[in-house]
Amino acid sequence: MSRFVRLGETDRPALTLHVDGHAVAALEGDTLMVALLATGGTLRQSEFGPEKRAGFCLMGACQDCWVWTENGDRLRACSTLAAPGQRILTSQPEASWPSHG
Amino acid sequence: MAEPRIIIVGAGPAGTRAAQACVAAGIRPIVIDEGRRDGGQIYRRQPEHFTRPYEKLYGTEANLAQAVHGAFDAIRDRIDYRPETLVWNIADRHVWTANQTIQAALPFDALLLCTGATDRLMPVKGWNYAGAYSLGGSQVALKSQAVSIGHRVVFMGSGPLLYLVASQYVEAGAQVAAVLDTSPFSARVKAMPDLMAVPSVLWNGVKLTRVLKRAGVVVQHGVTPLEIVGDADTGVSGIRYRDGGGKEQRIACDAVAMGYHLRPETQLADLARCAFAFDPLTRQWLPERDGDGRASVEGVYLAGDGAKILGARSAEASGKLAALAALGDLGLPVDKGEMTSLRADVATYARFARGLARAFPWPAAQAAALPDEAVLCRCEGVTAGDLRAVMRETGAKEANRAKAFSRVGMGRCQGRYCGLAAAELIAAEAGIPVEQVGRLRGQAPVKPLTIAIGDEE
Repeated sequence: MSRFVRLGETDRPALTLHVDGHAVAALEGDTLMVALLATGGTLRQSEFGPEKRAGFCLMGACQDCWVWTENGDRLRACSTLAAPGQRILTSQPEASWPSHG
Repeated sequence: MAEPRIIIVGAGPAGTRAAQACVAAGIRPIVIDEGRRDGGQIYRRQPEHFTRPYEKLYGTEANLAQAVHGAFDAIRDRIDYRPETLVWNIADRHVWTANQTIQAALPFDALLLCTGATDRLMPVKGWNYAGAYSLGGSQVALKSQAVSIGHRVVFMGSGPLLYLVASQYVEAGAQVAAVLDTSPFSARVKAMPDLMAVPSVLWNGVKLTRVLKRAGVVVQHGVTPLEIVGDADTGVSGIRYRDGGGKEQRIACDAVAMGYHLRPETQLADLARCAFAFDPLTRQWLPERDGDGRASVEGVYLAGDGAKILGARSAEASGKLAALAALGDLGLPVDKGEMTSLRADVATYARFARGLARAFPWPAAQAAALPDEAVLCRCEGVTAGDLRAVMRETGAKEANRAKAFSRVGMGRCQGRYCGLAAAELIAAEAGIPVEQVGRLRGQAPVKPLTIAIGDEE
């Protein structure tokens, strides 16, 4: 079930991204957080407790909404726009450290 | 003489008016903004191709929002605007920035910190469940993305924003289950003389409560939050609270927006080594400044809600005033009469803000009484009982010492959302005034950086 409810601005071009390997439909201008929570209930599993998380502050202050690219780059879902063809993971991939530098 | 190097951090109402004053004086300031677009949080702009008009987005504040955006658009080509850029440290008279993986160290002659505010939060049992959001976050969802945070939303906390956001949700067509305010209605009546300082804003507040009433939304005063009920996998399913009469109540909902007025983002003032003082009315530590915005450190100026919560109207005045003070200190000619009139505006808004702080007090006693099983630090799942146990074991009564032993304030949010409540809990447990607990020191980086960060090539 979805967590967020769209209340307007729905007349935007559609796009598709992939989350944990599954296709997710979103609209151009959606943040990753809105794309994920307009189609699902949570963003990630807490590392410190049994509960799933779905973000908290939406203004880049709490860092609760981290997701990852398949390359291991960490993204803040509340302040990153969804893009066509994006491939997002909701748990930190192994070997996520940059191998250069 | 070379053009003075002025850096403004933040592009909300304070930063915008400060930049405008610099441009008017013939200076091209650097304006560093974490946002993708100017406007800050209060006047946050929707993405470019969204179509809702100002009246719909900002309601009673539409004209103010449009004026601030218009002012920014007019100077956009005459400033060095750096959006999506984090200031993560201030050291050795340099501002350290990060944009994606590119970092820079920028020297300054004058630094204006217009860093804005975030929600002041009081933890409640279950606030770590999916579906519990900060009040400001719930407003961002609506304003910048046209979504509601849930199918049935409860607004809980205190402060003017509680009513503003709840009414915006109602008008946008969201289902609002209830507005639960911890402040007793009597506090609002007592604060009336100060609130009369700005009658138009007071009247806007009355209009908001009418919107809620017309929509049949339950509005309760003097409540005590008990628990956000939920499930680890599916998130929030309801809320338990004691009403003003002491009776336990329960409301079904799938989202809770929580906020207890605001707290300034003072980490950068701290890293710039500004002196702080305890403000007994709001029970917060605030950076010291003179009437024009000069901090205790030469060349550093503070304006807007990032210095003290005085509201967006005040931020416009204090942003401009601080910029004029900086320009004058740099030896440039400034209009003394305009500064006098801005000081009068700031004083009026300060009286109104004092009224708001009294009308919607921080429920310090409720924060101190957080039950042992409730999560206090939602970043790392540290409970109130964990912190109390650490205090008993180590005797830690000072905020940073207690943080080192308990990790409360050490997680992803760096204490932004648990720090003030943790201080109340420590004070109550130790039997000391909250100011003796002190404040969490600002640490660089003020927000997490990517490990791949490097210099521009």
